[in-house]
Amino acid sequence: MRIVFIILTLCAFGAVCTGSQWNQSFAAFTEMLAVVQPLLVLSILVLWICDPWLRRLRYSDGLLAVALIELTLVAGAHSVALSMFPSFVAADLGRYVVLTLGATALVLFYFHLRSRALSPALSEARLQALQARIRPHFLFNSINAVLSLIRLEPRRAEVALEDLADLFRVLMADNRELSSLQREVELTRQYLNLEQLRLGERLRVEWHIDNMPADALIPPLVLQPLVENAVYHGVEPSSGLGVISINAYKSRGEVHLVLRNPYRLEGSHHSGNKMALINIRERLSLHFDAEAGLHTSVSENTYQVHIVMPYKPANGGQRAKAA
Amino acid sequence: MSNRGAALRVVVADDEAPARNRIRDVLQDCAHSVPIEVVGEASDGRALLELLDSIACDVVLLDIRMPEMDGIEAAQHMQKLARRPAIVFTTAYDAYAVQAFELHAVDYLVKPIRLHRLEEALSRVQSIAAPSPDMLAQLHPGPRKHLSVQERGKLILVPVDQILFLRAEQKYVTLRTAQREHILEESLTRLEEEFAQCFVRIHRSCLVGREHVERFERGDEGADSGWWVVVRGLEERLPVSRRQQHVIKEFARS
Repeated sequence: MRIVFIILTLCAFGAVCTGSQWNQSFAAFTEMLAVVQPLLVLSILVLWICDPWLRRLRYSDGLLAVALIELTLVAGAHSVALSMFPSFVAADLGRYVVLTLGATALVLFYFHLRSRALSPALSEARLQALQARIRPHFLFNSINAVLSLIRLEPRRAEVALEDLADLFRVLMADNRELSSLQREVELTRQYLNLEQLRLGERLRVEWHIDNMPADALIPPLVLQPLVENAVYHGVEPSSGLGVISINAYKSRGEVHLVLRNPYRLEGSHHSGNKMALINIRERLSLHFDAEAGLHTSVSENTYQVHIVMPYKPANGGQRAKAA
Repeated sequence: MSNRGAALRVVVADDEAPARNRIRDVLQDCAHSVPIEVVGEASDGRALLELLDSIACDVVLLDIRMPEMDGIEAAQHMQKLARRPAIVFTTAYDAYAVQAFELHAVDYLVKPIRLHRLEEALSRVQSIAAPSPDMLAQLHPGPRKHLSVQERGKLILVPVDQILFLRAEQKYVTLRTAQREHILEESLTRLEEEFAQCFVRIHRSCLVGREHVERFERGDEGADSGWWVVVRGLEERLPVSRRQQHVIKEFARS
């Protein structure tokens, strides 16, 4: 089925779209909102219930079905309204039918355009372009650190190279599919092991992940680039101790990732940092639309990044793929 | 750059211990072709300059990206040293700096450092061009974190945030900290441009540290009427010229 995941959000948009149009253009229609809004809520509900069934239809049949549903709803509401407040509602059903069809067609057309603009091929291409890129600075410094270990501590050098290999396997992989939080945390640990090698006592990491939803699906390479930023801007510029804290938990059906690092005035407005944030924000929105968000804040000497995503457990991921 | 024939005295400056170890290893490897002696190590630019004050060396292997004071700023201050060692910059990845080094024929090494590149660089030390002040300034677009003052053969570093005010005298600039006064051979206009964020001009000949301004007050009647700056921890008041009085309003707003 080609009508993608949007049928559900369709009507929410419909509400805004039709509502505001009537409101602005024809002041006389404001009272109609009272009629339109319950109708829209009802439409959302019905369409949502029919959603699994609609998904199985071909696109043209789907359009027809949606139009039919809307018409039935309007006709039903019209007859109910007519029996309840005969004086308030115009008796002419035809006008409502035309309006309904017009509004429905408009909204569907909008979504058609939107889904073309965000067609899977296009958003996949964008996802690929947005794939997180590790700093070359980190790669060469890490290789240098491993080289320094080879003569004296070959075992540690081996582990470090294994970590580096794992990290680059993920970085170079096709990262369009969601990955589990557990996997992201492991990857970030491997990355931090390498940084620890270089920075030694200057870097301390506090993990608060006892209550994290390990099976939550999140876009790959969201946590690691943020931690990389934290090291680059929060730890490396100082010769003293820098503490990074990583917090992951679930609350009210949402996954929260909170990252804190020391805030240093210089360099924190660095373009590299902004690029990574923009990149992650875009990927979050391509995966979760407006349901996910990334917020940064500075308080006293701490820089904080807070990500909220809808909680999707890994085993329930089949449906998302099928769409 | 003296003692030709004797071992080359090398100082390694890098903030990462493994990176210093690595350089030491490779230095050892090339010891058979070039006689070398590692005479010191530093983990940031400040530490390096302090070290250079106390020991003699021929060449510094200087990492660019270091905390507290980076390699470029350290090189800027090193130009004031009486015995100036040659500088070979080292960097893991810094396309911008590498481009500048190529352009100005300054020697540099990329990490991980290869044995034969290090040998090459060290064998050329005598003829290495000193990095030009212009190039260093271009590589260090932000303000320096320290000002350096040459006093009785020693290089003194004054952290910029500890400077209460800078005042132009006849041919030089005096720099005032809470403890004492230093004499600086730089132009006040240049300093004003570089440190616009932390200093504000209150008079044709005076820049005061924004963080150190305690308050503004009106002078008594007569000759010293007009506005004065009271600097935290200092008895001396600084006059605000009529022309710069808008500064007071700016402060009141923030």
